Amino acid sequence: MNTAVVVFPGSNCDQDVMHAVAETLGTKVRAVWHRETALPADTDLVILPGGFSFGDYLRCGAMAARSPIMKAVAAHGKRGGLLLGICNGFQILTESELLPGALLPNRTLDFICRPCFLRVENVSNPFTANFSKGQCVQFPIAHGDGLYTLPESELKTLEERGGVVFRYCSPDGQAEDESNPNGSANNIAGIVNEGGNILGLMPHPERASDPLLGGADGRVFWRSLFDAYRKGGR
Amino acid sequence: METHLLPGRRGGREVIHRVSIFIELQEGVLDIQGKAVERSLVSLGHETLRSVKVGKYIQVWVEGESAEAARREAERMCDDLLVNGVIEQFRIEVEGE
Repeated sequence: MNTAVVVFPGSNCDQDVMHAVAETLGTKVRAVWHRETALPADTDLVILPGGFSFGDYLRCGAMAARSPIMKAVAAHGKRGGLLLGICNGFQILTESELLPGALLPNRTLDFICRPCFLRVENVSNPFTANFSKGQCVQFPIAHGDGLYTLPESELKTLEERGGVVFRYCSPDGQAEDESNPNGSANNIAGIVNEGGNILGLMPHPERASDPLLGGADGRVFWRSLFDAYRKGGR
Repeated sequence: METHLLPGRRGGREVIHRVSIFIELQEGVLDIQGKAVERSLVSLGHETLRSVKVGKYIQVWVEGESAEAARREAERMCDDLLVNGVIEQFRIEVEGE
């Protein structure tokens, strides 16, 4: 499974995610500068990392979504290739309309950086297949604009098709308002497209991929992707 | 001299139009910044205040034969980048139109 991590001006989690994937899976991981117009030909997984692409100017992820590489990234996703957006990468995926909805400033207007519990809602996709449904995992969050929103009718559609993969929850797995750090609709922390191959989430699995950093639930996430890739040959 | 003050680069009749773009959140989208500003104004004693909305104001200078052409170009800019149609709406004013 060959991974390409797209680097935009202002990305700051690219090295972390490259390290987490390479160290967990021992697979090939390459950085691709956003001005490129093609991905390496043998790319299986594309990751849009966290950070503050283009200084978060205009709207978070807006200008990165229009970078030259994004045509190739969209084509990869549309033909069923694995595509993951973490934090700013999730914002870039919604700005690219590869995932529905939008991310607004946190309801507290604070930048929130702390560990966070998430309930895994959907395990029938390559990103979370190795978790069990309803399992509570811990990935940290670090964002100012993480309030996930979309129109009521589309929210209903998203929920009904099982598009919500991660929900903010309490340590015992309750997804109530007190455990919603940013005011996201229905405590949504991460969603997947209908094809199951494009996932965006605000929390950072790459920052939970080593026990030294306080947790290793992220390793299960990377291992899921690898196992699904080997089984499905996406 | 600022770029936007230069005469038409293609020569002839083009003039440069100042286009103002006003962007706001759609009705029903949580305007958390507006709410924070509202609370602050109320705490300063502005008792008649009923609501605050925070949006964006962008100016672009567009070369073109007519104000209508400049407006159409600005609309394309909104669609291409400046406005996120999922959460925002916009209004355009062309100077002299």
